[in-house]
Amino acid sequence: MIRTFIAAVGAAAALGGCASASPGDPFEPVNRAVFRFNDVLDENVSQPVARGYQAVLPELVRAGVTNFFSNLGDVWIGVNDLLQGKVYETASDVMRISMNTVLGLGGLLDVASSAQLQKHDEDFGQTLGRWGVPPGPYLVVPFFGPSDLRDGVGLAVDLSFSPIPSVAHAAGPTGHWMLVQNGMIGLNLINTRANLLRAGDLASMAAIDRYSFFRGAYQQRRRNQVYDGNPPPLRDDDDDDPKNGGSR
Amino acid sequence: MNIPAVLLALVLAAAALPAAADAPAAAPAAGAAVRNLDPDALVKSVSNEVLDIIRADKEIQAGNGRKVVELVQTKVLPHFDFERMTALAVGASWRRATPDQRHQLVSEFETLLVRTYSSGLAAYRNQVIDYKPLRSGADDTEVVVKSEVKQPGGQPVTIDYRMEKLTDGWKVFDVSIGGVSLVTTYRDSFGQEVRQNGIDGLIRTLVQKNQQLAQGQSGAR
Repeated sequence: MIRTFIAAVGAAAALGGCASASPGDPFEPVNRAVFRFNDVLDENVSQPVARGYQAVLPELVRAGVTNFFSNLGDVWIGVNDLLQGKVYETASDVMRISMNTVLGLGGLLDVASSAQLQKHDEDFGQTLGRWGVPPGPYLVVPFFGPSDLRDGVGLAVDLSFSPIPSVAHAAGPTGHWMLVQNGMIGLNLINTRANLLRAGDLASMAAIDRYSFFRGAYQQRRRNQVYDGNPPPLRDDDDDDPKNGGSR
Repeated sequence: MNIPAVLLALVLAAAALPAAADAPAAAPAAGAAVRNLDPDALVKSVSNEVLDIIRADKEIQAGNGRKVVELVQTKVLPHFDFERMTALAVGASWRRATPDQRHQLVSEFETLLVRTYSSGLAAYRNQVIDYKPLRSGADDTEVVVKSEVKQPGGQPVTIDYRMEKLTDGWKVFDVSIGGVSLVTTYRDSFGQEVRQNGIDGLIRTLVQKNQQLAQGQSGAR
């Protein structure tokens, strides 16, 4: 009985291995379909809107928008630094928020970076990774793009702790805070997409298969983020390197 | 907000490839001088030279793509080991490739990278680049030279050069931007292409990609 089960699992694994030759991406066919959907949406909606936004607003204004949302984002970044036990970074995040909110006109200016308080890059997916949760299968999330099982959960948590609703509540006129909130979310999305236009163009230029290019880049990037820039070397690194006996 | 952070991270990662262009290598003309430079000094001197030229060149700033490509070819290319880079990106199939196939792979991959690279380099706008001190022993034949591009309102983007010591000086054989290695990122697509259409299929795909980019470039800019 047990032996049959093991044989079955072994066969399934072997078949699975054949079906999707890419490790870490068992749902490749579905992922590719969602990736195409996201691309079509991006080309026809997000990119035109972002290009228009970039054409209409001067760089200085767009920098202010970027800084404003970056400052709000520092709150959740600080929480995640704390959850990962990075006490020094948390303190620095708190200083950044106070400085940028008070001296930086509500976050429009990033004075903290000029004062050598570096911006950090954290989110709940990274926190889970830090706690030892493996990334799991690669996923392309509709509207959001490349992710994996761990980061998908992280994303849901990130979204539910977004400070935007509270800010909209506090600052918006009574009864209309939802409008303010949605406006803020929209502005943030458009501004973020505009900031990435150049990068996106270059990625399309470099990739011979956009799907696997983005998947590879995403997986490496996230691993690098979880380990804060110093990931341990991968086991299969330099396989096939002629220098390391690959041709022997 | 963090939604885009994910998106941003990934696109930035992929896109930053070309940003790396500014840092890699350029060759000061004198061969002997280059041969004796330490890898970190080499990266720094070549980068500074190339960036100085870009800052001073009005035509490049106005979007003259051909000039940037020329600049990359004369100053940067001599410091890259494209053969090893291609071998790493192609992976296991490299061993099965004939000398002629290898030659074509290297040449097409080089063309693709130079074009992307130049396009990223042309976007350079006075960002500050920090070079990290190199930690390595005197006998090391492989090192990683680390640098960071500071950008206003954001985390600095790291650019790491993996370099090897050859008889004619240190050569770059992989570049990582924000932890995303160029070689590793291409390895996936290359492997898939070879599995489906063989080594010649991969060569065909690269040739097509380069033709497509050449047309787009002459049309758009």
